[in-house]
Amino acid sequence: MAEHIIELKDVTKYYDDNLVLDHVSFYVNKGEFITFLGPSGCGKTTTLRMIAGFDLPTSGQILLNGKDISLLPPNRRPVNTVFQRYALFPHLNVFENIAFGLKCKKVVNTYRNEKGEEYTKKERLTKKEIAEKVRRVLELVDLEGFEKRSIATLSGGQQQRVAIARAVVNEPEILLLDEPLGALDLKMRKEMQIELKEMHKRLGITFIYVTHDQEEALTMSDTIVVMADGVVQQIGTPIGIYNEPANTFVADFIGESNIFNGTVVGERKVRFCGHDFACVDDFEKNEIVDVVVRPEDLVMCPPEKGALRGKVISVVFKGIHYEITVQVGKFEVVVQSTEKRAEGEEIGLNVAPDEIHLMKPRYTKNVYDGVITKRNTVKFADGEFECDVTQLYPGSHVDEEDYLVTASGEKIDLTDTEVTVEVGLRDITISDDAEAGGATGHIISIIYKGDHYRLIVRTDGDEEEDFVFACEDLWNENDYVSVIIPKEKIKLSLKHADEKHRGEDKK
Amino acid sequence: MKAPRFSRKTLCIPYAVFLLFFVIAPMLIILAYAFTDREMHFSVMNFVRFFSDPSKLSTIVYSIVIALITTVVCLLIAFPVAYILARSKMKKKFVIVMLFVLPMWINFVLRINAIRELFNWIGILGQANYFNTVFGMVYDFLPFMILPPYTTMLKIDDSLYEACSDLGGNGFTSFARITLPLSKPGILSGVTMVFLPSMTNYVVSDMLGNSKVTIIGKFIYEYFESDWHMGSMVALILLIVVFVSTLLSGGFKSEENVRGANL
Repeated sequence: MAEHIIELKDVTKYYDDNLVLDHVSFYVNKGEFITFLGPSGCGKTTTLRMIAGFDLPTSGQILLNGKDISLLPPNRRPVNTVFQRYALFPHLNVFENIAFGLKCKKVVNTYRNEKGEEYTKKERLTKKEIAEKVRRVLELVDLEGFEKRSIATLSGGQQQRVAIARAVVNEPEILLLDEPLGALDLKMRKEMQIELKEMHKRLGITFIYVTHDQEEALTMSDTIVVMADGVVQQIGTPIGIYNEPANTFVADFIGESNIFNGTVVGERKVRFCGHDFACVDDFEKNEIVDVVVRPEDLVMCPPEKGALRGKVISVVFKGIHYEITVQVGKFEVVVQSTEKRAEGEEIGLNVAPDEIHLMKPRYTKNVYDGVITKRNTVKFADGEFECDVTQLYPGSHVDEEDYLVTASGEKIDLTDTEVTVEVGLRDITISDDAEAGGATGHIISIIYKGDHYRLIVRTDGDEEEDFVFACEDLWNENDYVSVIIPKEKIKLSLKHADEKHRGEDKK
Repeated sequence: MKAPRFSRKTLCIPYAVFLLFFVIAPMLIILAYAFTDREMHFSVMNFVRFFSDPSKLSTIVYSIVIALITTVVCLLIAFPVAYILARSKMKKKFVIVMLFVLPMWINFVLRINAIRELFNWIGILGQANYFNTVFGMVYDFLPFMILPPYTTMLKIDDSLYEACSDLGGNGFTSFARITLPLSKPGILSGVTMVFLPSMTNYVVSDMLGNSKVTIIGKFIYEYFESDWHMGSMVALILLIVVFVSTLLSGGFKSEENVRGANL
């Protein structure tokens, strides 16, 4: 088993009142090239800064070789950093910049006195030793002869190399790199990626790399830690993360993806986009899943031979391939192919079972797109339900003319406002009286879950939405029922942030 | 047919005239007076008289010493203030900087008079003339020593401190190898702005030194009441002292020199 050089245990970090890292735990193997990948604000840089010692965790532990270093100041950690904007000392030349750490360093030397007894002394490195180390590291970064140059005369790429040299010359156990290539142009970045990878092999030390560039992460890393919203989403090898994303966020962030809502309809069978597909992931029958299909894994064929059939609505040339968007029923499917198709063409699509990735949905509640009607009810899932529209605007009420009056006294007509409707898994009941509920459909699944049944009702209209809910009573599959949701259990939220303003304009 | 237009050269003319009449001509006049006697014949007598009179020499030495002490005391007080303010994460630190700078906006003769009254009230006026003079000078020139280092330190990126600590430097290292060298232009500019005026600001030495402390500025003033030739010579000598000290402090270097007194 590989040695864990760094281990984060349940680390949480608040900046003022903002939660930046939420109970993060993972470890880093000695000698590996690990990358923290995520969008800006995901907590990746904060994690790096806590390993470096610039920020302290609000709670939790950071272990280095098994020892707690959470509160150790940066100058006492065997870790060096390559900063995002290099942070080279502008008043020192290249040699002095690189020698900075060496001059601070004290090494333990062992001597033997006349009696032959050994004793140790903490000493600074001699000028000769420092000069030799600097010379060697300049060779490593290909900057021989640059010792006397001032920082201001160097190009971005050269400054980058000095920054790396300044860190690695101290022979740290871990090298931290905070988006080090962000300031370089594309071509230089590609070159430096290869060089850094080479350097990692040659030095044999652990590299912890932070980036928001998924391609960079895939190219360079042994291991990728995908982060979002201060939480680790997935840890794995580049191939593992690309091919088996743990959730829709990872699938969406790394590479391009088609993500559908699907239902497991049988053993290794999943239904999405109105069709049943064979797949390799083993999920429980009738489980609601997220389905991810990479655009390059969809194969185009004549319409009659495709599992899915649709019309090409856009074709974009991307250099190596075409990006073709196909309208399949109400779904839009993105396909990448080297073959061109014409807009408006009818085509079929197939996908191999091992290219269909199923994952547990991030949200375990019913979420629908809805529209508010004139009568202040909400239409969704082929039905119409009574709801409390005042929850859209805090402190509002509805007047006699069905206008919504906000807390500040503004009148809003909510008709046709798009909302997101959320219904909990335990907030739905059904009745065999078709008039009793807001929507009707057939029961398509009943699973006994030990103490209750889990039912799925699929609506009959063209939206073909599913209601997933828990139920105490036994029903039969294919029963025709109506879905009842109490008014107060329907959670509404405005779909777009600007919806509010649009609403106000209508008053 | 050339349309008449203002080139940059024509725009320079008023300034050239100004420099000619108000800088170069007066300098030449001083030079002329310094090396002539009362009959306007060439003479180096003023020069010889100045350097053969120990009391005059001691005045110039006293002036330099007072200016030096003032500068050092200002620096000792101002630098930590500038450092603390620049490095603090306080949101309203501008207000504190303003408070330090605010006295600059009140007429300094008024301020010095107030101190004189205070000293009189405490009873040390006339008791410790040199101390009182230096006190007044420090009080007067302190803001000039705070602002330039403060503005240079503000420009030092936090990441440099982080890099220093990352490379194994402790608090002392970061001060000695980051703060100090990078705020050097600010310090030099502060030193120039304090050292030079405090050699000539005889209002302070007169009022707080109870007219017992004579600095070179006072000297020049007194001579011009009776002997313009000697006065010019002393002024010339002061000019040379100033020139040499500016040269020594590197004030003529063309590097970005943060004067920073932009409040």
